[in-house]
Amino acid sequence: MRNLNFGYGISRPRVINLDNNDLRKSNAIIAEMPELQACIGCGSCTASCTAGNLTDFNFRRLHTAVRRGEYQGAYEEINKCMLCGKCRLVCPRGINTRELIMLIKRKLGDF
Amino acid sequence: MAKRVVIVGGGAAGMQTALELKSRGIEPIIIERDMDLGGKVRDWHKLFPSFTPASDVLQPIIDKVRSSRIRCLLGQEVKTFAEDGVILRSEEHVPADAVVIATGFSLFDAHRKQEYGYGLYHNVITSVDLERMMNNGRVMLADGTEPRRIAILHCVGSRDEKVCQKHCSKVCCITGVKQAIELKQMFPTADVFNFYMDIRMFGPGYEELYREAQQRYNIHFVRGRISEAAQTINDRIQIKAEDTLTGRPLRMSVDMLVLLVGMSANRDNEALAAASNLSLAPNGYFQTKDSFLGAVQSERPGIFYAGAATAPKSLADTLAEASMTASAVERYLRDKYNNR
Repeated sequence: MRNLNFGYGISRPRVINLDNNDLRKSNAIIAEMPELQACIGCGSCTASCTAGNLTDFNFRRLHTAVRRGEYQGAYEEINKCMLCGKCRLVCPRGINTRELIMLIKRKLGDF
Repeated sequence: MAKRVVIVGGGAAGMQTALELKSRGIEPIIIERDMDLGGKVRDWHKLFPSFTPASDVLQPIIDKVRSSRIRCLLGQEVKTFAEDGVILRSEEHVPADAVVIATGFSLFDAHRKQEYGYGLYHNVITSVDLERMMNNGRVMLADGTEPRRIAILHCVGSRDEKVCQKHCSKVCCITGVKQAIELKQMFPTADVFNFYMDIRMFGPGYEELYREAQQRYNIHFVRGRISEAAQTINDRIQIKAEDTLTGRPLRMSVDMLVLLVGMSANRDNEALAAASNLSLAPNGYFQTKDSFLGAVQSERPGIFYAGAATAPKSLADTLAEASMTASAVERYLRDKYNNR
């Protein structure tokens, strides 16, 4: 019975709802690295990303979602990063993106 | 005998052009529709990017116009242009050797973007309303309380074919950054979100201020245009947009929505252009003779432009252009009367 397939399911809403999202972790990340807010979404980090050239890892989109309080799947996603640090070399706003990845891991992970 | 120049418009552009002409020994006459000099800047509280009080810039100019005894015809409008001057609505003929059109712009009427609820919901205001509130000494919600969450929407009446405003108003991006910082200074615990399509930080110190807004003031910039605003049951405003950098729809409620209204071509341009036989650019502003070497000249010799009559301009641009216009007028008058 449990595996009965009716051919349809419930879609989870895709909307980012800033009224309901718990922004505490997001605020803690920004408080520790205020420079993250200086991102202008240019995509240099994603373009230079070693992992992003091999998988669908997109660091720009990921950290933007985390800032909006969308944490689900973010920790698993961020583990695709190999910490090569190329993104940090190219960021025009001088954001320490490699450190940011470590910070997000720390805040969203269990350690 | 001193040459005489009629200046149409007594705002920043008109007054500064008058002062520049006066210092060149030319007699200016300002014709202003309002009963006061000063134009749109009078409503402004502080100026970007330095937060200089607008009155610190405007008042010395007004004082100087008065102390230089420049003739100002207040409450008067130009009806038509004659060969040797202009004719006012009062049928008075004002003779002149040249004319400067410094009629500025009209504010975009935010009511036209009905989906944002300006005039319908209490706490949807424009950037100009916010400046007036700051001038009056207190920014607050309609019920007198302080906002805890504020959204600022860029490009209202700019870059929008739906309201026939295809052009960029140039100054709203930096105004949005300035006002976001001012709101954060007034309400440090409030969250401020700027919704933008593009951020255009073209001037000196602008990009630096943008970064300060992001990094030091923790102002959130979301790339996406708000599609609609609706009032919630508890009198807040719900807004919807796409967070284009994550590719997902975004929804949130705020206490206050500030619409950064753009600069439209002055709504009297058409009548003035017809009366003076000048042409308008497709965006409704006056068409200059040339973008480079004729930027303050019209297609007709003897008629010049200053300020936002030809395009959206910042106050700094306008004041700089006034000198350019005065030089061009002086050169024109010298050539005209030496050749005689």
